[in-house]
Amino acid sequence: MTKFTFTEKKDTRSGFGAGLHELGRKNSNVVALCADLTGSLKMDAFKKEFPERFFQVGIAEANMMGLAAGLTIGGKIPFTGTFANFSTGRVYDQIRQSIAYSGKNVKICASHAGLTLGEDGATHQILEDIGMMKMLPHMTVIVPADYNQTKAATIALGDHHGPAYLRFGRPTWPIFNAPDRPFAIGKADKLIDGKDVTIFACGHMVWQAVEAEAKLAEKGISVELINIHTIKPLDVEAVLASAQKTKCVVTCEEHQINGGLGDSIAQVLGRFFPAPIEMVAVNDSFGESGKPTDLLKKYGLSPDNIVTAVEKVLKRK
Amino acid sequence: MKPDLIQLKKLASQIRRDIVRMVHACQSGHPGGSLGCTEFFVALYFHIMKHNPKFNMDGQGEDLFFLSNGHISPVWYSTLARAGYFEPKELSTFRFMNSRLQGHPATHEGLPGIRIASGSLGQGLSVAIGAAQAKRLNKDNHFVYALMGDGEQQEGQIWEAAMYAAHNKIDNLIATIDYNGQQIDGAVKDILDLKNLKAKWESFGWEVQEFNGNNLEEVIAGLEKAQTLARKGKPVLNLMKTEMGFGVDFMMGSHKWHGVAPNDEEFAKAMAQLEETVGDY
Repeated sequence: MTKFTFTEKKDTRSGFGAGLHELGRKNSNVVALCADLTGSLKMDAFKKEFPERFFQVGIAEANMMGLAAGLTIGGKIPFTGTFANFSTGRVYDQIRQSIAYSGKNVKICASHAGLTLGEDGATHQILEDIGMMKMLPHMTVIVPADYNQTKAATIALGDHHGPAYLRFGRPTWPIFNAPDRPFAIGKADKLIDGKDVTIFACGHMVWQAVEAEAKLAEKGISVELINIHTIKPLDVEAVLASAQKTKCVVTCEEHQINGGLGDSIAQVLGRFFPAPIEMVAVNDSFGESGKPTDLLKKYGLSPDNIVTAVEKVLKRK
Repeated sequence: MKPDLIQLKKLASQIRRDIVRMVHACQSGHPGGSLGCTEFFVALYFHIMKHNPKFNMDGQGEDLFFLSNGHISPVWYSTLARAGYFEPKELSTFRFMNSRLQGHPATHEGLPGIRIASGSLGQGLSVAIGAAQAKRLNKDNHFVYALMGDGEQQEGQIWEAAMYAAHNKIDNLIATIDYNGQQIDGAVKDILDLKNLKAKWESFGWEVQEFNGNNLEEVIAGLEKAQTLARKGKPVLNLMKTEMGFGVDFMMGSHKWHGVAPNDEEFAKAMAQLEETVGDY
């Protein structure tokens, strides 16, 4: 397998904006709603080309979720856009009743997730959203890794039926997926083949894991790296196949240790193939203001933290 | 078309019987608000709305109705059954396990006539506005109706929706508030006073009218008037004065029958007051 590198950095939110714009051209039923963050969500291109299909709702996220649910009645495919914090925790009951329980085809698109939001601090750095969303019955949860994958995931959601949560972020981040790399909702994406340990990662942490893998390779450790861009439905088959091969696992996510990707993987291992697991995640704490990479380091989400977790789990094999 | 008032009043009596029989059978549910809104539902489904009981979720080419105060599901279920959406005998399954007639309305079990779950309050108006906007995009010239409770006006989302609908001139929307002045813990004015509700909605930019919700002729006239007020750049709100528990003397005018089922003795008393007209389920 080829090693992953990058030549360009872009924000994943721009991948969403580009995907939404393309989807708007492809499907006239696609509509977009935004709660006063059109620029931040990179929804301007869609708004400009399809003003009649763009709904500015103001700072009223609860109403936005209800409007989106209503727009599906009549065949529209609504994509809501705001920060991840306001896309989930603020409107959990609206999503639960009007969207998830009602089985509405709403795509909840959430930017500025996690610590890498940076300077705005903990009020905006939601680290619980994956957990909240994956707990809802029938909710699809996608956390793409770079610009190209976020664009591909957005476009894929246009043909997906049912409620979905798409989580992305603010910082520019290495683009390591080729634009034409296949993306399928619910299908894990193996980036690197290995035999000693499996790293399952999602979102910005996939690139952190790519960097960790290079360091581990220098130490003679063979890492299998799998991008779990779809947290739910989880690709259980791929998770088990890799765990059965390497017999130990590390998970990496920009989320609380409770309720995220690591939880989902641990549940699968516990039920079907008990194996040692270490989790690189925020350890039951709120974030704070700072530079994204500094924050990732302080809260234990750096490539070095992944290396340490791998070395630890290998000893438990 | 002139309404057949005699037939509609018969239906109202039967629906009230259905409501009380449903909540008595399962010993739970919300008879008060259901009884108070019976005339509204009869007027809407048997005279005002153009709707198709051969249910289609998208509802294109027909009027739509959304119930935001989902706890008054008994009156809606009975109305839907009597309008032909499903067999009235299914009303006997209300609130029992494996039923399509959940305690609060849901789409999850596939009950025809329901397009959104409701029960957690404050959400239905937003959904109705979204559906009204979809109708505009689809160039579908039909109305969207919504019913809310007055206690429900205490929810913040209602006011987000109120602001949005007026700002965006959603004038194919006719919303109604069941203005009975009662909520679970007591009178609305004692729990959290709504003060001048009419002025509030008017100041948000809605066209507001009031009518008596327990007089069938007035409800029909009010809803017909609402249609003439619509499509003029403003969403329309009906402040509909009702009496909780209307039609059963000992349930009337008190919050006590908001969410309580009658015992056998009370049930017999209620049945004696409500004539069986088109046949019990």
